[in-house]
Amino acid sequence: MDPRRSARTVSDPKVRQVGFFTPAAPPERSCSDPPRQLDPIQSLSPSSAQVNDHSPSVDSVSPVMIPPPPHNNSDTLFRTDLQVTSPKTAFSYSAKTVTLPTENEDVTSSLSPSRKVVTVKSSSSYPCVKASSVPASELTTVSVVNLPPGISEKAGGASVEVLNDRPVSSKSLKEKTSKAERRALQEAQRAAKAAAKAEGTKASSAASKVVTSANTKPSKAAKPSSQKNDGSQVAAFEKKVGDRAPEKDRKKDAPHPRMQYDDTSRVEKAKKRAVVKQTEVRNRVELFRHLPQYEHGTQLPDLETKFFELDPMHPAVYKVGLQYLSGDIWGGNARCIAMFQAFKEAIKDYSTPPEKTLIRDLTARISSYVSFLIECRPLSNSMGNAIKFLKNRIAKLPLVLSESEAKATLMSDVDRFINEKIIIAEKVIVKHAVTKIRDGDVLLTYGASSVVEMILLHAHELGKQFRVVVVDSRPKLEGQLLLRRLVRKGLSCTYTHVNAVSCIMQEVTRVFLGASSVLSNGTVYSRVGTACVAMVAHAFRVPVLVCCEAYKFHERVQLDSICFNELGNPEAISKVHGREDINYLDGFVNQEKLQLLNLVYDATPSDYISMIITDYGMIPPTSVPVIVREYRREHLWS
Amino acid sequence: MPDTQALVNDFLNKLKKRKIEGSQATAKQTAELLRSVISQTRVPYTNQAAALIQSVKAVGERLIAANPVELAVGNVVRRVLHIIREEDLSLTAAAMAGVNLSAVSDDEDDADGDNQPVLSAAAIAAASRSTLRPPSLQTLLEDVPDFAAVPHTSSSGGDSEGKSKSADKSSRSRKLKHDVIEAVNELIQDISTCHEQIAEQAVEHIHQNEVILTLGSSRTVLEFLCAAKEKKRSFRVFVAEGAPRYQGHLLAKELVMRGLPTTLITDSAVFAMISRVNMVIVGAHAVMANGGVIAPVGLNMVALAAQKHAVPFVVLAGIHKLCPLYPHHPEVLLNELRSPSELLDFGEFSDCLDFGSGIGAPLLHVVNPTFDYVPPKLVSLFITDTGGHNPSYMYRLIADYYSADDLVLQRRATSGN
Repeated sequence: MDPRRSARTVSDPKVRQVGFFTPAAPPERSCSDPPRQLDPIQSLSPSSAQVNDHSPSVDSVSPVMIPPPPHNNSDTLFRTDLQVTSPKTAFSYSAKTVTLPTENEDVTSSLSPSRKVVTVKSSSSYPCVKASSVPASELTTVSVVNLPPGISEKAGGASVEVLNDRPVSSKSLKEKTSKAERRALQEAQRAAKAAAKAEGTKASSAASKVVTSANTKPSKAAKPSSQKNDGSQVAAFEKKVGDRAPEKDRKKDAPHPRMQYDDTSRVEKAKKRAVVKQTEVRNRVELFRHLPQYEHGTQLPDLETKFFELDPMHPAVYKVGLQYLSGDIWGGNARCIAMFQAFKEAIKDYSTPPEKTLIRDLTARISSYVSFLIECRPLSNSMGNAIKFLKNRIAKLPLVLSESEAKATLMSDVDRFINEKIIIAEKVIVKHAVTKIRDGDVLLTYGASSVVEMILLHAHELGKQFRVVVVDSRPKLEGQLLLRRLVRKGLSCTYTHVNAVSCIMQEVTRVFLGASSVLSNGTVYSRVGTACVAMVAHAFRVPVLVCCEAYKFHERVQLDSICFNELGNPEAISKVHGREDINYLDGFVNQEKLQLLNLVYDATPSDYISMIITDYGMIPPTSVPVIVREYRREHLWS
Repeated sequence: MPDTQALVNDFLNKLKKRKIEGSQATAKQTAELLRSVISQTRVPYTNQAAALIQSVKAVGERLIAANPVELAVGNVVRRVLHIIREEDLSLTAAAMAGVNLSAVSDDEDDADGDNQPVLSAAAIAAASRSTLRPPSLQTLLEDVPDFAAVPHTSSSGGDSEGKSKSADKSSRSRKLKHDVIEAVNELIQDISTCHEQIAEQAVEHIHQNEVILTLGSSRTVLEFLCAAKEKKRSFRVFVAEGAPRYQGHLLAKELVMRGLPTTLITDSAVFAMISRVNMVIVGAHAVMANGGVIAPVGLNMVALAAQKHAVPFVVLAGIHKLCPLYPHHPEVLLNELRSPSELLDFGEFSDCLDFGSGIGAPLLHVVNPTFDYVPPKLVSLFITDTGGHNPSYMYRLIADYYSADDLVLQRRATSGN
């Protein structure tokens, strides 16, 4: 690692330039807003940046904080999008400004002056909201006392967060408080990086750390501070930290393999722990042995009887679990919101047991809730993201907080997530998508996506003249519910089955689809049948627009619908609801040779998708990794 | 004659009410009906063929008009007309061996007869048939006046040969009708045995451990798969249920009863599963002359998915499904919309579907088509009872079964409709 590091030091400014300010980039940005162009150039030379920048302390970090190589790639990628959709660029940069504590601080600082401009420019969309709900608002509770005077509000927000993180993980070596505040801030950032990196491993030790006051924080140089003897060493060290942390993060962030249900020993182990009693389906589909295939309908009564015995399970969580199980709550957003509301309840009623710390115990508690929910119904990727967010929030709780304060912080975090990432995100998507609807359009949608429904209704409210084709498929027939709601609002609708989609596609001008998750290779993971609809639309040269909130983006990749999926109740296949005349399979379901496969999701290849509309703007499917990266920075590293 | 009329009316009713399911049953019943029409037709002494053609056409037009989407009816009518022409030709040729009569309906035949008065009956029949068709290598060769050897048995007119020989013996007046009825009987036989003939080829196309996907139900497919199973092939079948008729359930049940490992999936899961499938085998409603397929609804989607994953898309079609027409806008013109009640519960949505309420036009339309059009480029192979064919060859195969004169039938029928 050392040779690499030193090499980096040499090429440091250049790399930085490549990473964030490629020759192509500044002019483009300059055309969007001139003040920004100045900054990057100035920040190229650290000294001048120090002079000019609002937050010198932050900027002094910059020479060492080199974006790791992968960033370069993704950044260039990112830039390609920028050219496509300017509002999005603006936003994501501002996002960066908000929450990048460490390695990209230079960017942050350099951008911060222009932030105002940015948010104004994209005022129609999410960024505004974002800016208003910047972590600073909640986190000011800690203390901003030691912030350098010149620091801008924005940078302040970011660094405050960093400060908060520090006590969690850094060793509390009390040292000279008289150190330059800039230096202190550097330390703080470095510590934050370390925290992010070692969050998992160090959680225990951190918990036992002495609670230090906010004032002492900047002075507390972390353990590594002993290493830095002179400026260059500091630089080297910081670079090391700056480098390594994201690398480690990267490793950690690679989605860990999911439970494979054909691994009998692990399944047995899991069963011992399980709350929900599952019995396996008799005729398991061979191809899907790696997925859970349990009898449906048997668990519910069993769980109901256990209601009062389940000591550790919070009633709210329990209720949500049952609702998942019975299918009363479905749809990615609804499930996620329900889960978070339940967690909120649970946090509200939580009290730290004696001899335990809130951070560790609550995390464990949440984990047990999550595993219970998984037993009820496998998590969707979006819920995985949400849970990650919550756990991260818990882990990053400052130890200074009292229990009630910590709980309040968490609850407001949960509310913020629901509000920002789901409710407002939907509104932003609607705003974007409505611009794509013209008079006389025939819009096709599949299944029942809450966002698409909002888009259609909003476009109708705007007085646009269009027709909707609702395509539906068995066994869920969610389209009928959507159809009902649309017709009630006075939209002109056509209803048909997925089989007839190629007959109806000729008259369709746009296809709007919802998604359960968007994977980082551009694959859209959604209700089964979406792929068929997208494929037919592609064959008929009809643009396919996928509407999906950014919190549903996931760094997993998937090529087919088989390696990971969810299996619904096979009974639903053999029985056709409302059609008693279809009874060919009565008495045959238990035949050994007959397998009923009820897939719930499928993966739509990215080549069928013209555009993904998300709260960050409208992007091509190739830019999904950028959103994933930005999102992760914003919410998981912060 | 009133007897036939009643039969025809009965059949018309059935067609109109869509009481007859499946193109095979329709084809068979049409052929049987036409057979009785022919047998009841009183033929004049001269120009018998024309009279027969006339009466068959008259009935045929009405049948086609009763259900223009059921192409099998038109196909069979055309086949019968073709048979009459062929029989007439062979008889004429036989007669011409003795006296050069020109009592045939087709003027091309006159020309032929004049030119080559001394050729054998079969040779004349073949030669005159050739004039009805676009030129091909075979017909070019047949034109060579070297008929000393045994006459060729052309692939299409295999049955006409035997009859043409026997034609010499008896008088033409009785013979024509009799021959035609014989030939129609053979046609009926062909139609009813087409499944077996197609199924015989199953082992050539299905290998061990194959994974086959099909949608909906088709008797041809069932027999095809079962034939392979009987030959000790072990393979697995995915059946898409084929909403809204759910015939796939029926097929799955039949397959399970015969011991084939079967997985029933929803239609929407086709794209997800097709990547694990080796071959798609489906039945057809009709095969058009361009190699396009009118198939149960949903198959276009399956064909596209199969193309995406480079999975062979094989269509099984008996000869009665080969239609000599070229499709124009088949998604609409050769389609049939069924009742919305199959998709939606009227009780729930009655207020939206009501034309009478509000501004007149209902807010809600329900589209429930019966057929899909699969363009020829999506089809890998046709398996008919005469073997496997490329989509691009279908026009030629079809030309063997129909005479060009009869294609007009449809036009007249539709204009009269």
